[in-house]
Amino acid sequence: MRRSRIPFYLLVGMLVFLYLPLIIVIVNSFNMSRYGGQWGGFTLKWYSRLFSDRTIWYALGNSLLIALTSTVTSMVLGTTAAIALYRFKTRLQSAHRLFIHLPLVMPDILVGISLLLFFVALKVRLGLFTIYLAHVTFCISYVAMVVLGRLQDFNYAVIEAAMDLGASWPAAIRKVMIPMITPGIMAGGLLAFTLSIDDFVITFFVSGPGSATLPLYIYSMIRHGSPMVINALTGIFIVFTFTVVTISKKLLEEK
Amino acid sequence: MGDFLVFEGISKSFGELKVLDNVSLSIEKGTIFSILGPSGCGKTTLLRICAGFEYPDRGRVILDGKDITSDRPNRRRVNTVFQNYSLFPHMTVRENISFGLQMAGFDRSRISGEVDRYLELIQMSDQADKKATKLSGGQMQRVAIARALINKPQVLLLDEPLAALDLKLRQRMLVELDWIHDEVGITFLYVTHDQGEAMSISDHIAVMNKGRIEQQGTPVQVYEAPTNSFVAAFIGDTNFFETEITSIEDSYCRMNIKDFADGVIVYNDKNFPQGSRVYLSIRPEKFVISHAEPESHRKRNMVRGVVEEIIYMGTHTVFWVRVGDYRIQVRQSHDRFLLDEKIIEHGNTVCISWHADNCYILDRYDERDESLLTLPDDDVTVAPENIISAGK
Repeated sequence: MRRSRIPFYLLVGMLVFLYLPLIIVIVNSFNMSRYGGQWGGFTLKWYSRLFSDRTIWYALGNSLLIALTSTVTSMVLGTTAAIALYRFKTRLQSAHRLFIHLPLVMPDILVGISLLLFFVALKVRLGLFTIYLAHVTFCISYVAMVVLGRLQDFNYAVIEAAMDLGASWPAAIRKVMIPMITPGIMAGGLLAFTLSIDDFVITFFVSGPGSATLPLYIYSMIRHGSPMVINALTGIFIVFTFTVVTISKKLLEEK
Repeated sequence: MGDFLVFEGISKSFGELKVLDNVSLSIEKGTIFSILGPSGCGKTTLLRICAGFEYPDRGRVILDGKDITSDRPNRRRVNTVFQNYSLFPHMTVRENISFGLQMAGFDRSRISGEVDRYLELIQMSDQADKKATKLSGGQMQRVAIARALINKPQVLLLDEPLAALDLKLRQRMLVELDWIHDEVGITFLYVTHDQGEAMSISDHIAVMNKGRIEQQGTPVQVYEAPTNSFVAAFIGDTNFFETEITSIEDSYCRMNIKDFADGVIVYNDKNFPQGSRVYLSIRPEKFVISHAEPESHRKRNMVRGVVEEIIYMGTHTVFWVRVGDYRIQVRQSHDRFLLDEKIIEHGNTVCISWHADNCYILDRYDERDESLLTLPDDDVTVAPENIISAGK
């Protein structure tokens, strides 16, 4: 019997649909022509212009600062949440489980607007700090989910063994559980980092003057600046994100 | 001899389920004490209460005169060898073994010296830097034991420590455990569902069923003189007979068993009065089976039956002999098997006899315990004729 080739065509079609735009952007970033419509020869001038634009580097600095701080914070809080969800099966924890899942499905625009109203009501000055808080709120969920997945096949008897050997509960968690789930925590952290660094919608609502992150800056450049520089920037970003996601996947597979 | 580890009226329920019901035990210092019972009988819960992972609803645990019932696991001088070892997979053998001493805050040089000693005890000095996950089952077992023993606990708890090993390795580890016990002299509390393990390693056995202690004593006492049908059927194999005591003769009594032509005489160590309806337990190997009627003796009982089934087991042969409604299991070791001129064959009428001292009147009988007994299975019977002809 011949196997149908339809699944193969479907797969190729899907991959083309998903990745062709990205490839076009990367190709265009080396395009001499100012308007991406036609090939005007190979050039690296968009990259050199990108590297001489100081505002971009300032925005990138903001993005990295926020991504790093919110990643570290959500790694700590998300892991704590995951351990609580793993260990305790009370009614409070079922509610907790629901609330941890919620940010994964809630529309960004809702989260953004409600955070904005919240910060305004509390009279918090919008800026890097509010962006940081906003990013932490959704990153926690992703870290908690990834770590919880790792904890599913964690045998609690190991903690009992540690306590039996004289470790207090906190010491048992620190010396035994944390090292065993570190790959999960790292993978969750990398996921949080990539989500934080390219978040636009939520950041848009809670940012203030002078706190533009890279995605916000790119958006304003599309409207007022040079789209070809953005191509170069996007190219770098795609490669970077791709690398981070690959590493995070490797970490999760590792036993 | 003082009581070293004492369980005093321990009860524990998980929700509606009563797991332990007023369990009391006292364990002597330096002995190996086994808790033997089927899965779900509460033995592991009792062990976990001793280790501090569970707290009893009622009752006390007393170790060396101190009430430790509500102490945390890390505050008790008790260490556990877990069923699946629960080694720390991210650590090496050396790190696993030194964990307890590190927690106790000993200095590095002292820890390292101690760990070397225990590595030697378990004969794994050359594997010290291997990751715990890279070890074989038997090696993991040894590391788990060393990891617990290095803390010099007052009691070592062993939770089905050999269950995950294959038969040959289990027997070797059993010998090794016994040797380690002699070496360190620490009290062992050993939980198992395997009667062979319990019999061979223990000084003392407590048989548990449904959250209660059914009987305790030395392995010999528990095997030879079971007080109730559960113990008789769970440890080894046996035959149950329903009887009535017809007369008392000194410390013996006469009784009638339905379908048995003559009455039987039985040692009456519990002084049951005349007229009592009691159950009798006779172990299969206590019978002597023969073609000819054995020499009659005042203390010897005899009954005739027909051989229904013969199962050759290598070390011995199991005969199933029909006497009226009873199918009696008889076990005969055959030191002269091949030389015997008259081999007992299927369908033969035989005499089975036993001594009055070799059977026990049970205090308590429960029909459900019969399900623990081996019953003949027609499918797996090996015809003994074939084995003999192959041997010739």
